[in-house]
Amino acid sequence: MTLLKGPAESRPALPATKAPNRVRRQIRLGRVLLQVFLAGGLFVMLYPLLWMLASSVKPENEIFGSASLWPEEFVLTNYPEGWVAGQSSFSLYLRNSAVIAILAVIGNVVSCTLAAFAFARLKFRFRGGWFAIMLLTMMVPYHVVVVPQYIVFRTLGWIDTILPLVVPKFFAVDGFFVFLMVQFIRGLPRDLDEAAEIDGCGPFRVFVRIVLPLTTPAMVTTAIFTFMWTWDDFFGQLIYLNDFTNFTVPLGLAALQASTYGSQWGKLMAMSVISLIPTTAFFLLAQRRLIEGISTTGIRG
Amino acid sequence: MTTTSLVGSRHGRAAKAGSRGASRSRRARRANLAGYAFLTPWLIGLTVFTIGPLLASLVLSFTDYSLIGKFGFVGWSNYVKMLTADSRYLTSLRVTFVYVLVSVPLQLVFALLLAMLLNRPMRGVGWYRAAYYLPSLLGSSVAVAVMWRQVFGRGGVVNSILGAITGIETLPNWVQQPSTSLLTLILLRAWQFGAPMVIFLAGLKQIPREYYEAAQVDGASKARQFFSITIPMLSPVLFFNIVMQVIGAFQAFLPAYIVSGGSGGPADSTLFYTLYIYQTGFSYFHMGYASALAWTLLVMIAGATGLLFWTSRYWVHYQD
Repeated sequence: MTLLKGPAESRPALPATKAPNRVRRQIRLGRVLLQVFLAGGLFVMLYPLLWMLASSVKPENEIFGSASLWPEEFVLTNYPEGWVAGQSSFSLYLRNSAVIAILAVIGNVVSCTLAAFAFARLKFRFRGGWFAIMLLTMMVPYHVVVVPQYIVFRTLGWIDTILPLVVPKFFAVDGFFVFLMVQFIRGLPRDLDEAAEIDGCGPFRVFVRIVLPLTTPAMVTTAIFTFMWTWDDFFGQLIYLNDFTNFTVPLGLAALQASTYGSQWGKLMAMSVISLIPTTAFFLLAQRRLIEGISTTGIRG
Repeated sequence: MTTTSLVGSRHGRAAKAGSRGASRSRRARRANLAGYAFLTPWLIGLTVFTIGPLLASLVLSFTDYSLIGKFGFVGWSNYVKMLTADSRYLTSLRVTFVYVLVSVPLQLVFALLLAMLLNRPMRGVGWYRAAYYLPSLLGSSVAVAVMWRQVFGRGGVVNSILGAITGIETLPNWVQQPSTSLLTLILLRAWQFGAPMVIFLAGLKQIPREYYEAAQVDGASKARQFFSITIPMLSPVLFFNIVMQVIGAFQAFLPAYIVSGGSGGPADSTLFYTLYIYQTGFSYFHMGYASALAWTLLVMIAGATGLLFWTSRYWVHYQD
């Protein structure tokens, strides 16, 4: 019984008779079992990631057919060799990815904050209707709009540039983040806005002076998620970036897998580890904020 | 409503007489203007990047457009071909439905189980929560899909462990065997249960402890408490997670592309619907047919969501 419920001591409502030793032993055993289960489950969950890390520092002949997490022979050569194993080097892929991700972050944060302020604080005609439309657009699969977008961008000569991946971000196309920030701004106290309005501040000054500084946490969450999702985006980059000099990290990695088919796992794993560093770093620095963002809006991980 | 707060449009229309009314309507107009000023980027984005392309792809779905040369309207023939003369379409439909119907329940069962185990004061609970969430965060990357392909490959980790346990020496390559390749992708999705787990945890925290205490006093078993308190109280969150994961699973693309090397193979066993759209539109440039496929996906997702909303009347309980 103790497995599914917290320790009995913390339940004050029950009569305070002292539990007999046998029951207390059972409770302690339950807690130990739970810890063992959670730790074991976690080990299984994280095993593939740890194995990837281990394989990146193993010599090639030690990877195939080995589930070991500890390299018998520790080598670092996979990293420099994998770095230049593709058609271009990972320096180029990393730079291309970073440029796209940083511009996407700027675009998303600016445009989504503006839209969110309007939805959360200003009163205008058809606000409810527009808001409903915004929520509906979150359900539209990218695959439905991508064909006409591709045709238009191709006509504009934007194929093999970063523009198709970056320009839409400046127009708040990702409803998730508008929604996230609307929820956040709605939670801010209105007293300050009203006081500022009495003092003669128009909506623009209320936005810049009062709402914007208070919205920083939501903007940081938006920035981090935008960075991570753009960094990991594959479909858009696969369609719009064809020349290997424009490849990003995901495309470079996919190309490396295709060209080293079935061999050179060490290099592939080394470059996979490199590609996961930014996301992992954000996770380590901001995991509390990320988890909060997910539980309040339910956005995907 | 105080006079200092901005006046809604409904009031603006009614207030016409008197100088106070005139200033009110001017205010309403100004507020209106400010609202639309802030909304401008979003409105442009909505028109140019969402609604415009949506309508354009609907129109394209009735054509045989293929990027080069002339094209004409072909009526319903793209849709007719889909249902009657395209066996790969039907395969992709079957693969996608199996994927959605198996991976989503599996993922959510893990998510709920772990959320319930972690919903208690315990040493290291925050650490466990973060660590279980990590695969969700990294799982949508090319790197993890590349790794997954190796883990389930012939000389991969799974075979090393299975071989050590069972003693069987010739184990299959799970990703290159049509009967098991889809299973590896289902497991990859189930592995990423951290995000719904975090949402379940937030929901579980909202259930008052008194309910369980009262049930315990009445002698209700743990199973009874689970089905009579936890599930009904958690049903809005459960519903939300199901809807979001179903929508997400229908649109999965990257794992199938990477694990199958872009082919959807072996023998089309991992031909996700989105992968088929990609091949049709961007490998063969049959833009008209790809648009018809994409619109069918939209209708399927809307239908699935609608169906879930309809069933929610019978099992989702909102507290008010």
